[in-house]
Amino acid sequence: MSAVASAIPPRSLRGLADEWLPRIVLSPTLAMSLVFVYGFIVWTAYLSLTESRMMPSFDFAGLAQYARLFDNERWWTSAKNLGIFGSLFIGISVVLGLLIAILLDQKIRTEGALRAIYLYPMALSFIVTGTAWKWILNPGLGLEKLVRDWGYPNFTFDWLVNSNLSIYTVVIAGVWQSSGFVMALFLAGLRGVDEEIIKAAQVDGASLPRIYWKIVIPSLRPVFFSVLLILSHIAIKSFDLVMALTAGGPGNASDVPAIFMYQFSFNRGQLGLGAAAAMMMLMTIVAVLVPLMYLETRSARSAR
Amino acid sequence: MLSKRFVRTAVAGAVLALAGAVQAQQTSVEVLHWWTSGGEAKSVAELKKILESKGYGWKDFAVAGGGGDAADTALKARVVSGNAPTAAQVKGPKIQEWGNEGALANIDAAAKEGKWDELLPPVVANVMKYKGQYVAAPVNVHRVNWLWVNPEVLKKAGAQPPQTWDQFFDAADKIKKAGLIAVAHGGQPWQDATVFESVVLGVGGADFYRKSLVQLDEASIKSPTMLKSFDTLGRIKTYIDKDSPGRDWNLATAMVINGKAGMQFMGDWAKGEFTAANKVPGKDFLCINSPGTAGSYTFNIDSFVMFKQKDPAAQKAQLALASAIMSPEFQEVFNLNKGSIPVRAGVPRGKFDSCATKSMDDMAASTKSGGLVPSMAHEMAIPGSTRGAFLDVVAKFMNSDMTSQQAVDAMVKASKVK
Repeated sequence: MSAVASAIPPRSLRGLADEWLPRIVLSPTLAMSLVFVYGFIVWTAYLSLTESRMMPSFDFAGLAQYARLFDNERWWTSAKNLGIFGSLFIGISVVLGLLIAILLDQKIRTEGALRAIYLYPMALSFIVTGTAWKWILNPGLGLEKLVRDWGYPNFTFDWLVNSNLSIYTVVIAGVWQSSGFVMALFLAGLRGVDEEIIKAAQVDGASLPRIYWKIVIPSLRPVFFSVLLILSHIAIKSFDLVMALTAGGPGNASDVPAIFMYQFSFNRGQLGLGAAAAMMMLMTIVAVLVPLMYLETRSARSAR
Repeated sequence: MLSKRFVRTAVAGAVLALAGAVQAQQTSVEVLHWWTSGGEAKSVAELKKILESKGYGWKDFAVAGGGGDAADTALKARVVSGNAPTAAQVKGPKIQEWGNEGALANIDAAAKEGKWDELLPPVVANVMKYKGQYVAAPVNVHRVNWLWVNPEVLKKAGAQPPQTWDQFFDAADKIKKAGLIAVAHGGQPWQDATVFESVVLGVGGADFYRKSLVQLDEASIKSPTMLKSFDTLGRIKTYIDKDSPGRDWNLATAMVINGKAGMQFMGDWAKGEFTAANKVPGKDFLCINSPGTAGSYTFNIDSFVMFKQKDPAAQKAQLALASAIMSPEFQEVFNLNKGSIPVRAGVPRGKFDSCATKSMDDMAASTKSGGLVPSMAHEMAIPGSTRGAFLDVVAKFMNSDMTSQQAVDAMVKASKVK
């Protein structure tokens, strides 16, 4: 490789174009993401340090907005809800998705149809999912009423209107939507596992659960990373699902940071506080993603 | 051939656009609003007609959705880019916030000519002024402290329409015993706050309401009266069905219309739901003031705030718009469509129904007695940030086992949010 590089003849026009054209073509995208993603992250970070109210202002306020944020009970409610929702949503989606993928991988006849059925919820938007589940879980017209009409008058399933449990309905709807997608990722991963290794293990007399536990699942490691990356950012920025399902209610019992950020920035004229909340959300994502990506790159390097 | 035609079209288009722009600058007003549903859209069309009869164009800038949130965002973008519309639907203390941004136009000329100072109650006029100058034109008045009653349900339960809290809870008990829902309610923060402010007004009276929820006086918020208000609110909570969280207000109104529930605390926009169902006020439904608030009146006023215009012709058009909004003709037609009442005196009342005329009488009486107060729940009284903090407390109280004392303590803290 290096021998070839040093032996490059004087550059022709063609060679120059080959080298520069991709850069030129990509540069608008690069410039746009620099401005509209990273530029606005910096802008938001700056706003979080100002006394901005209805409109952005530039009166420097130090960390006052963060102090206000941490003194706000509703912020802690939403942070706690994010913890509950995030861990359960990711955990259950991964376990359920992996389980379905393994079951579908047993060379069954109708796999194509089943796969489509499980994957289909991913085609819906979170708004649709949220609205449908709102009706299903509403005690007055959904599941609870149905079972009662079937002749079980004492059946109760009122999580949606119960302040202590409403965040779990968001988990239900989120898992319903995403586990099929997780399944598809794992299924693709399972198809990539070398048949020879499994056959060798079978010859050695390993049981099927043991083969999965010791050989197949560990070899899915990169898939786990992708799944965690995708699900954790869905969880942290989740807004539409909660809005459609509970609208943060009852009261503010199922509030999440994204709703908190939106309401304070745009409805209540506390742009600075909203920006501080947005920065905290960014920090959470960074705190989750950086270790994950570090582990991923390190394992990739050591595998080489 | 093709390119020639293209050039011709493009030139023609550009000329047209230019002409349009010139014309728009000379004679059009651009009005940002979110009145897009049936009756509201009809009302806006009326304003357009009045202005066109005076020789001004109308450029509609309707942004629907989110109860005005979307329009608010659009407005901010327009003002920041230095291209403010002539007028926008903005109400309450938000007018002051826009004033602080230095974006508003002085329309004293129109106000003087129309004698607004004589026609508007001083409490209302103050909302429309920034630093003593008129910057906004009021459109309508909604009363918030109403109790909507289904007389059929009350009759079945053997109860009377309540005037005091004792009568209210007596009636509620009887309705509950009759196997019906006593209080129709939707568990959304703004609806919780609507009930809450009617309770504060009913328990503490207009002076207490003004001190605690408008002037944010700490001693009043800490007082036993506030504690009693939360106790009363907590008692009302027990008469609300458990499926209420998240329910929209009009679905709660439908429960009263259908006879599933007996009473609802809601502003007079609820009347539209009743009349749309062909119900007659006084016969099929009753509009009475919420318990204990006979002499008081919480108002929610929509208004158009006027933005600074550079062009003198546009300024003239703006003044014409302000005068048109306050004209008796527009006030009558608009409010007949919207279910509210005219904000100014001197509008013929023949076409209004009994609920609206009662609202007019009560407003006139409470203006004199000092019982006319701005609605906290509907963004008329205090800045959005403080109101939001209050709403968080009330919503939490309604949806958890928070005690009245804890709620009062939380209110004291919330009142300091700026």
